[in-house]
Amino acid sequence: MQKTLTKKEYQKYVDEKSPNSKLLRNMIRAFIVGGLICIVGQFITNLLKMRGLGQDETAGITSLLMILFGALLTGLNVYDDIGRFAGAGSIVPITGFANSIVSPAMEFKSEGYIMGVGAKMFVIAGPVLVYGISTSVIAGIIHFMLI
Amino acid sequence: MGENILTYINAFIVGGIICAIGQILIDKTKLTTARILVIFVTAGAILGSLGIYQKLVDIGGAGATVPLTGFGYNLVKGTFKDVESTGLLGAFTGGVKAAATGITAAIFFGYLTSVAFRPKAKR
Repeated sequence: MQKTLTKKEYQKYVDEKSPNSKLLRNMIRAFIVGGLICIVGQFITNLLKMRGLGQDETAGITSLLMILFGALLTGLNVYDDIGRFAGAGSIVPITGFANSIVSPAMEFKSEGYIMGVGAKMFVIAGPVLVYGISTSVIAGIIHFMLI
Repeated sequence: MGENILTYINAFIVGGIICAIGQILIDKTKLTTARILVIFVTAGAILGSLGIYQKLVDIGGAGATVPLTGFGYNLVKGTFKDVESTGLLGAFTGGVKAAATGITAAIFFGYLTSVAFRPKAKR
């Protein structure tokens, strides 16, 4: 009799069989690609600092450019190819944040420019802003009470 | 020049480690992209408010500010700055003010590229 596995059992079976080295391999890939993306950021930062820009302007322009690169590479369908190799290495940097905006927006363009592009841009960016800003407000209130 | 090269090495190592941590979360917990990014921005904000993330930024430079944890850190840094100068209102102004460039760039460039490009057919 053919043994049928439930989805859960199958997942367990796969987990047992897949060697731990797979995690290590993925971690190394994420480390290298993520590190390289940060080197690009550091290059922009160093360049702007050399031109005599202040700390805040440098940080602002660096994230602006990194977001632009992430959005463009997503539009050109390059970023997803990087992502298949890099995993978290391409998700965690701010270029991945731009990717998370452009990718669903492009995909749902057929639903129109308001509810398609306009709304789907925030499928992932929305939660990020909600939790990021809310945490900073709470931290700010606590900071106010402590100083 | 030598100092310059060191900033790249530090950015690579710190940024790489932060991304490798993200990879552990993905592989071990099967978390989705949205959850990973929310966890990272929140973790960055919490570590930022405890003063821990600043140390990471001092060492890693862009290696700490480019990952999304740096976005959370930046939100809190701006919030604290405004709280210190304007009081409680600062908790509601400082964060977005500090992150204004990033948020606006993400929305504007995100919109433009989404309109300009087509997705590749799924392979």
